[in-house]
This record gives sequence, structure tokens and C-alpha cells, in this order.
Amino acid sequence: MSIQELGTEQAVELITCVIDGFEVTVPKGTLVIRAAEKLGIQIPRFCDHPLLAPAGACRQCLVDIEINGRAFPKPQASCTIPVENGMIVKTQLTSAVADKAQKGVMELLLINHPLDCPVCDKGGECPLQNQAMSSGRSESRFEGVKRTFEKPVAISSQVLLDRERCVLCARCTRFSEQIAGDPFITLNERGALQQVGIYEDEPFDSYYSGNTVQICPVGALTGTSYRFRARPFDLVSTNSACEHCASGCSMRTDVRRGKTLRRLAGEDADVNEEWNCDKGRWAFKYEVSKNRITVPMIRDASGQLQETSWPEALAAAASGLKNARAGVLVGGRATVEDAYGYSKFARVALGTNNIDFRARSHSSEELDFLASAPLNATYKDIDKADQVVLISFEPEDESPIVFLRIYKQTHKRAIKVTSIAPFASRGTQKLNAKLIKTATGNEVAAISTLSGLTAKSVILVGERATETTGALSAVIKLVNDSGAKLGWIPRRAGEKGAIAAGALPNLLPGNRPITDASARVDIATAWNIDSLPSEVGMSSTEIINSDLQAVLIGGVDPMDISSDAKVKLAKKFVVSLEIRQSDITDIASVVLPVAAVVEKSGSFMDWQGSARNFEAAVEQSLNRSDVRILSMLADEIGKPINLATVKSARNEFESIGNWDGSKNSMKPVAAASVINASGDEAVLNSWRNLLDKGSMQDGEDNLAGTARKSIVVISSARAKTLGVSENDLVRVSNEYGAITLPCSINDIEDSSVWLPRNSQSSQLIRNLGTVSNSIVKVAKA
Amino acid sequence: MSKLTPVLSAHWDEADSFTIAGYKRNGGYSAVAKALAMAPDELIQLVKDSGLRGRGGAGFPTGSKWGFIPQGDNKEHYFVVNADESEPGTCKDTPLMMANPHVLIEGVIIGSYAIRANYAFIYIRGEVTHVVRRVQQAIEDAYAAGLLGKNILGKGFDLELVLHVGAGAYICGEETALLDSLEGFRGQPRLRPPFPAIAGLYAKPTVVNNVESVASVPAIVNNGVAWFNAMGTEKSKGFTLYSLSGHVNNPGQFEAPLGITLRELLEISGGVRSGHKLKFWTPGGSSTPIFTDAHLDVPLDYEGVSAAGSMLGTKALQIFDETTCVVRAVLRWTEFYKHESCGKCTPCREGTWWLVQVLKDLEAGKGTEADLDKLLDLCDNIMGRSFCALADGAASPIISSLKYFRQEYLDHLSAGRCPFDPIASTLFATAGAK
Repeated sequence: MSIQELGTEQAVELITCVIDGFEVTVPKGTLVIRAAEKLGIQIPRFCDHPLLAPAGACRQCLVDIEINGRAFPKPQASCTIPVENGMIVKTQLTSAVADKAQKGVMELLLINHPLDCPVCDKGGECPLQNQAMSSGRSESRFEGVKRTFEKPVAISSQVLLDRERCVLCARCTRFSEQIAGDPFITLNERGALQQVGIYEDEPFDSYYSGNTVQICPVGALTGTSYRFRARPFDLVSTNSACEHCASGCSMRTDVRRGKTLRRLAGEDADVNEEWNCDKGRWAFKYEVSKNRITVPMIRDASGQLQETSWPEALAAAASGLKNARAGVLVGGRATVEDAYGYSKFARVALGTNNIDFRARSHSSEELDFLASAPLNATYKDIDKADQVVLISFEPEDESPIVFLRIYKQTHKRAIKVTSIAPFASRGTQKLNAKLIKTATGNEVAAISTLSGLTAKSVILVGERATETTGALSAVIKLVNDSGAKLGWIPRRAGEKGAIAAGALPNLLPGNRPITDASARVDIATAWNIDSLPSEVGMSSTEIINSDLQAVLIGGVDPMDISSDAKVKLAKKFVVSLEIRQSDITDIASVVLPVAAVVEKSGSFMDWQGSARNFEAAVEQSLNRSDVRILSMLADEIGKPINLATVKSARNEFESIGNWDGSKNSMKPVAAASVINASGDEAVLNSWRNLLDKGSMQDGEDNLAGTARKSIVVISSARAKTLGVSENDLVRVSNEYGAITLPCSINDIEDSSVWLPRNSQSSQLIRNLGTVSNSIVKVAKA
Repeated sequence: MSKLTPVLSAHWDEADSFTIAGYKRNGGYSAVAKALAMAPDELIQLVKDSGLRGRGGAGFPTGSKWGFIPQGDNKEHYFVVNADESEPGTCKDTPLMMANPHVLIEGVIIGSYAIRANYAFIYIRGEVTHVVRRVQQAIEDAYAAGLLGKNILGKGFDLELVLHVGAGAYICGEETALLDSLEGFRGQPRLRPPFPAIAGLYAKPTVVNNVESVASVPAIVNNGVAWFNAMGTEKSKGFTLYSLSGHVNNPGQFEAPLGITLRELLEISGGVRSGHKLKFWTPGGSSTPIFTDAHLDVPLDYEGVSAAGSMLGTKALQIFDETTCVVRAVLRWTEFYKHESCGKCTPCREGTWWLVQVLKDLEAGKGTEADLDKLLDLCDNIMGRSFCALADGAASPIISSLKYFRQEYLDHLSAGRCPFDPIASTLFATAGAK
């Protein structure tokens, strides 16, 4: 147990011991190696990792220990022994025995280690290399034959294993088992031939596999995409935040000569500890993809987009937006500062509340929920929870670090987890969660069966809850009745920030209700304008379906909203702020290029509501955050928003602060009746797998190689009726289109069918025109 | 008068010693009835008072081990017998189980009853198929006789006994690796604490005892503490099996009180191979530092052997006469340890890999005297630095052989080859073979 973990407990017993002559007082349970760290004494180590259970395998951290005058006869592994009162520890600094023991172990570690540092990815940032210098001999006494293996071996499409370099510290196998719950790699064979391996032909199929590369203390595990690409000392590192989901991972972005070469998990004990998911780690090539937009474009008289200058483009955009009845679609990926820019732009430059960030299924019930719900749960609440309830939320797919945090507690305290879902996903099984098997659309009834929740319980609701009428109202009732903590966890990184920034038709910045006159006065004063539009504006769907003349669109894929969104938007004057060519580019009148995440500074708000700040990692790039362009555009319109920089946007947003007035309470919406399916009909359900056809995963084939196979989940009764067995092809269709995939027979309601929402061969809006809660036909293919 | 005290081996020469009938004819299973009439704590006290120490090598008091099991904890307890006898030279449990498996089963019932375990396991070495079959049959016979299963002998005690066959790894003789293996994992030693008495098999309180230790219990129950204490020395009580092998005229198992000397045992076993003289020997298997003819009168009990710089271990006395090349013998043992290292920790995994290469060169007469110092230094970096005792066992014969036979190593180097005729040391060598 680490000091930091113990620190969260109350009334911790303290222990005082002496290390190398210095007294140190630490919480009971602290390991000797970490107590020494507190004194600044670095004991060399390989297998030790503060977040993994001790192994004592590498023996590099041997020290001499004496307790109350009784000395251990042999040096002890300081990574396995907790401090005790009266303990006297002598490390390599004060004990000749410990020093020789460490040097001896180091020499042994190196006898079978290849001297390929000059071509090894780890060279330059390698704990083995570093500690060989600090604790090793300058010359080897080994004159024998080294153990050799074929190298490298792909243990998945994205992770390569070089067994010669492996020091068998078991960090990777322990991580996979203890942290990720994916024990798909293990140590095989014995003696010097011991090696990390996978089971037969089963690859290392884990969403978290990249962490093993990061914690490998040698170059044994390397990422396929990064292998042989760079030397660590040529990289410039920038602390960053992950743009892929609302988990809020702290990250490190490593850039060489203007090009992002890799991203690593950053450290934040309150959020992602030291981990991230493979999407966060490896999906960054979209930013340099081939269809990047680098210069502004205007559609000419013949309907072709033509490259143009910034002044011309801004003038064209301004003339189309000025005095028009307009709306703003922000998308879920904007930074807080950009979302604030869109929010202010809509109100000040366009004079409208027609702004919505929701580029996905949404409802007016959700709008009400987001404006009123007490969203107070945090990661720390999960750490202390007596139980966790998941409602229309698959954490492993939809917020993978939230999954790790819950898994940690199921692993450590066996806390109860309940999931309201159509069937038990792999994540649900790993959490050992109780499944409330719920027919699609019947979530309200399922929520009403929940009982035994306390103020220590945590309810986590996913963005898909909005797809069932009444579900969010039922959640609020459950929270009010139980006093449990509530978290609403959207998939995209920008959604929480967009709410706070007021990128919604019913909210102003700082969660101020638009209908509240004093809230409007607050904002009008801050913005130095006379008044603000007081009517609740249009939602995304309403904007698309409306007769508005113009629409300003941020990073939105219309196919995330509906199959006909593009056609409908094409009838309007569209100004698009985008990094890459998209469906919106096809219909835009003016296209304004903006910066990708690594090229700009800003912040995301994680699902807890905490800001995750980041700086631009790539210098001298197209460092134009959306807010800067919006500010120029507002100037051009003649209604300035005065947000020339990201920093000014952040400062202004922060100075406005949060609404301290009263919030409207949510108007409950009654459940709609459940759709009945009979015969060959089924009610469609889906969610997005973590690794899928998402546009921000473009260009990373190694990552895509570990995506889960697209399948149709059906019940055994339906399989019997259809006459199909596992993996047989099944066709799911409606009047819009059809999808044919292998089936997986699972414990799902007979009336339900599940498909991945946006995976290979299963892109529901494109293929079926709908994502959930509608009738489809299921047949043997 | 012979100094032997046959108890476990008393009836090995009877044709049906391994059958339940044969065992019962000689008073077998009478201790169970007696034990089940006693309170479990009385039994633990009895074994504590007897001074019985673990016969698997470490010599830990068996009664204390039983006493560590927390009682009234509402947890399942497990009784596990370590029958994974695999040390080079050690050959006592295997013949014991072959000749009299029922004495082991009787000990298991008594031990399980004492620690309140309703499940017991015998983890047996996989290679000895004939013994596996014999023990399996004995267990079936014991079930049929109502000695295992529900309500044993009508006394209300239930015990299920499972024979688990190992897959051939020396490391699984280490008790925590044995438990891992028994649970279905790859056998590698576990971090301690927690010790098996607190969290052993399936994380439940578990006793792991050697075959001979367990088999010694019925006799103690039947004959009492005073009888047992009458044998042996002050701190090493009772009888035990000494296994003589190698260059000895009449090899085998000799059951004698602890504290007997090799000189006495050699007299009983017909002495060193005729026409030859003792050169070196192991007191307790290949992992214990070797002795020479200077140690013929060392009392073979835990304290005596320890005082002379080795360990009693498993009392596997491998006898080597003057035809044996000590470098070659040590290399063979080291190759064994390299092969059997589980790979978990660095000193053992990498150290044994290196030691073999150094010793191979030395045996072939390659190298310089500095290599001997390097070898010793290497042993110093392995001994006491590893996760479990396997690596200590690998270093011990090397260190001790260099202590007593450094000149022989040097003779290899000056000759540029091994000065011994390997044929001469074989048992099939005819007299006078060079």
C-alpha cells in the first residue's frame, strides 16, 4: 500500500524508524523502500511499483534491516517489508553488505541482457540502464553465453515483446491481473528461460495494454507504433490532458520536430493514478492525417470549395451569419475555453440561445437534467463507496479510467456493483457486477427495483440514459430518495466543460439558468452588453430541423446525430470550424481551419467537473484554438467577444464563476411505454466500443487491431428460433438498411438485440439510421 | 547390538507391508482411534511435547506448526502433506510411501483432526508413478475401511483426502510453491508473510508437513512422549530415516535415533565401496554443504551438523569415494539447480545460469585461479540474496567444495583437463579400473 493511499484513511497510525541514520515517520504499512524515498534515499528497484502488490522478485532493493536490536541474518528486499517501530535500516549508502548485494544482483541481471541499448526504444530513459550506472560494475565479469530468443514477438498488434531484454520483474503481468483485470499475459517456462507469454494464439486483448509498455523497466515491451521511431533525448515532453473521453487522464505528449511521436499516461493520484487506456495512448495520428485542413476555404459560385485568405474567409462567414437567424452546434470535443467562446459568440455575436454541444442522442429531459441534477460524485467517492450502480453506462468502453477505479475497489474491497444493461458485458463480468438485465427502453422500471443505496453509494449514469424517456427523471428520484452520490459521465471530453461554459440552449456560463433574469444580468454585466436573449434556445436536433438560415458548426459529425442531419444542414449557410475534412466540409459555405488538441492550450473538464489544463505540445503549428477564430469572426460581424487568446477566455470564464442562485428542480418525465417486438422483430440496443470507427482513432491500425470483434448479441431463445449457433451470421435490418455480423449468444432479453454502435461493419446511424430503442428485424443471414 | 531403531521401516520386509491388512496386522490404525478420543488441542500438545521436528529439512517443530493454526476462526483449515521429494540424494519419503502408505494416511487423519481440517491433500512428486498408484490405492482402501470420509470410526470427524500429482518441478517442494501448484497455478514461491498457517491453500490456514514427519505421529500417539524422547539427542528427539547412497556397499534407508554418526551408519551399511575410501559426502542432500572424512563422527542431528558447518537437511547421505571428481559432482548438482530454478528471482535464475558455465570451464581445466575467487564471489552474491532457499542450495556445494578441495580445482587448471577417470567412479567399474 502506498503512502498516498494510506493518506486517504482516517487516523493513521504512524511508525518511526531509522534509515541510514535518519529518523523517518510514516504511516503504518509503508514499505521500507518508500519510507526511504521520503528521506530522498533512492534504493534501486525493478519489480517494485507503488500501485502493484509487492513481488520481491528482482532482489535489486536488498538492504540490511535490524529490529529492536535483532538483525536479519540476510539482506532483505525493502519492497516487501513494512516499516516497524524500532527498525534500523541500512541501505547501500551505509551498509557494505547491502551495497555488495545490490551490485551482485545488478551484475546478474545484466548477464543475460543484450547490449543493444543503442537501438533500444528504452535507451536513454531506461531504469536498467540508469541503475546499471548507479549500482553496477563498470566492467562485466561474465564471459559465457547469453540466453537468446527470437525478437520481437507480437503479443498483440500494438505491443511487441523482446524476451532477451526482459528482466522478469512481472510488472506487466501484475498490472494486467491486478489493475486491468485482463490476465492475458503471464510468465511461462522456468529458470532463465522464463518469459512473458500469451495463451496459445490468444493475443494480449486488453484496453489497457499500453500501460505495460510504460511500466516495463527495460525495453522488453515496446509499442508497435513507436518502435525505433525516436530517442527519448530527442523528444520534447509537454504535460497534457487526454481529449478522448471524460475520464480526465493526465497525459504526457512527446514531440520531435513538430510531430507527435507518442503519448504517455501522466500521474494524477486523484484521477488516473498512473494509467490510461490504449485509445488515449495511441490514438493521436488523426491530427496529422491526410485530409487535414490547413487554410480557410470558401464555396464559390460553382459550388466548389476554394482556398482563400483569412480576411476573405472571415468576411464571407460574417456576412452569412450577420443578421441571420442562426444556431451553433459546438460538438462534444471542444475545450472549456473554446466552448465558452462558442457560448459567448452565440449570445453576443448572433444574439441567440440556439446553441447545443450535444452531437449524439439527446432529449429535452436531458437538458432539464443537466441544468438541475446534483452531479457531485468523484473518483474519491468511488474509492469509499459501499456500492456502485451503473445505469446505461459501460465504464470499460465509455470511460475506461472510471472502470479501473471501480475495478480497484472490487479487487480490494469486493464492493457491490450493479449494472442496468441489456446483458453482462466483459467489463460487467470483470467487475463481478450484478446485472439487472433490462430490455431496451425498460430502464425506468429497472431503476425502480434498486434498493439499499446509502449516502456512501455512487450512481454513475451514462449519456445513453437520455435514449429512454423517463430514465433520467427516475435517476433523480433515486438520488433524492437514497442520498447517494450521482455522477453523469458523458463519453466525450468536452461535454462537461461545454455545460459549464453554457453551450446549451437553457444555460449560460457557470450553470446559470437562462430563464433567470438575475442570471442574465450577471452575464450581461460580465460581457458588458445591454441584454441577453431570454428565451430557451433550440437543441441540436431542433437547430438541424429548423428553418434557421445559418449555422456555425464546431467539431461535429452529423452522422453522430442522425442520418438526415447532413441533408438538412446543407440547406443552411454553414460555417465550419474543423481540423479535418468531414461531412460538414462537404456542405459548408465557409471552412475555417482550427488547431488539434496537441497544437493548442486549453482545458477539458472531466466527469467530476475538474479542469484538466494542458499546454500546446507542438510548437509553431496551426496554434489556432476555436476561440481565437470566433473572436476574429465576432469582430468581423461587429459584435466583438474580446477573446483573442485561450488565456483570456479562461480568465474571463473563471472570473464569472459558478451560479450561486437557486436551481430549478427537474420536472419529472414519465416513462414511455416499452416498444413491443414480436416474431422476427427485436428492439435495438447499442453502445460504442472503446476502440471503434471513431474519427479520432483514424490512422492507427495497430490500435485498431485490438478492437473487439463486431458481433450481434442475441438470446439463446432467438438463436434457437433462427436456427443459428455462436458465430453464425445474423442479419439485422430495418427499412433504412441492414447489418450482417456473426452472432454471440448471451443472456439478453429475448426481445432485445445488441450491436456495437460505431464499429467495423456496424455503424448504426449509417447502416440502420438509428442507434437504439427502435424496431429491427433479425434473421439468419 | 545394532543402533537402528526401526519404527516406520519396521515391517518393510514383509511382503504385504503396503496393504491395509498388513498395516493393521502390525497395529496400524490403532493410533487413530486413540487420537480421535482425545481433544485436538491435547494432540497438538502431545506432538509439541514429543519434540518432533520437521523431517523435510528445516527441522521446524511440528507441534508448533500445528499450534499456529488459528482456532475458532470459522474458516476452513487444510492439512497438506509435502510428498514432492525431489532433492538429489533424498530417497526416504518415496520408499516409505511405497512400503507403507497407510502410516502416512494415519498420520494425516491425526494431524487433520488436531488442526480441525476436514480436507487434506498429499502433493506427490509426479515422476514416481508406481508410488502414486500405491498411495492412491491405499487411500481408496482407507475410505472403504471407514478411515476417511464422513464420520470416521463413528467419532463424528470428517476428512476428505486428495492425492495431487505434481508436474515435475523441484521448486514445488518449497511449501508455498507447492500451495500455488496445488491451487492450479505454476509453482513459484509466495511472498511471506502471510505464512501458510494464516493464509495458505486458497488463502486459508494450512499446515504443510513432510511425509516422514506426518508418518511419525501415529507412533508417538501410540507409544507416548517418553518413548519418543528416549531416542535422539537433547534438542533432536526421536528416530529418523537416514538414506545412504553412492559409494557404499549396502545402500538404502536406515532408521536410527537422531545423533547417530556416519561412522556408525557406514558400519551398519557395510562400509564405503570395497577397496576405496571416503572422500566427501552430503549430510542432507545436494543442497547441504558437503563434508569430508574429517566429519565421520559428527552427530547427525540438527545441532551437530549445523555446528560442523552444514545442515541435517533430509538426512540424505550421498557417499563419494576417492575416485570421484568433486568438481564434476558439483557441476552435476549445479546443472540440476539451473534446470530447476523457477525463474522468479534474479540471483537464482541468472546465478545458476552463470555458475554452470563457470564450473563447466573449470571441470575442463579452463581458466585461472582468479576464476575460483570469481566463483566464490558469485556464490556470495547468490547465497542469501534469493527469494527462497533454492539458490542457497545451489551455492552450498560449490562453497563447501572449494573450502575442502580447492587444490583439486587447481589441479584441473594446471592439468588443463579433469584429472579423474569418470569411469572409475561408476558403480559398474571393475576393480582396478583407472
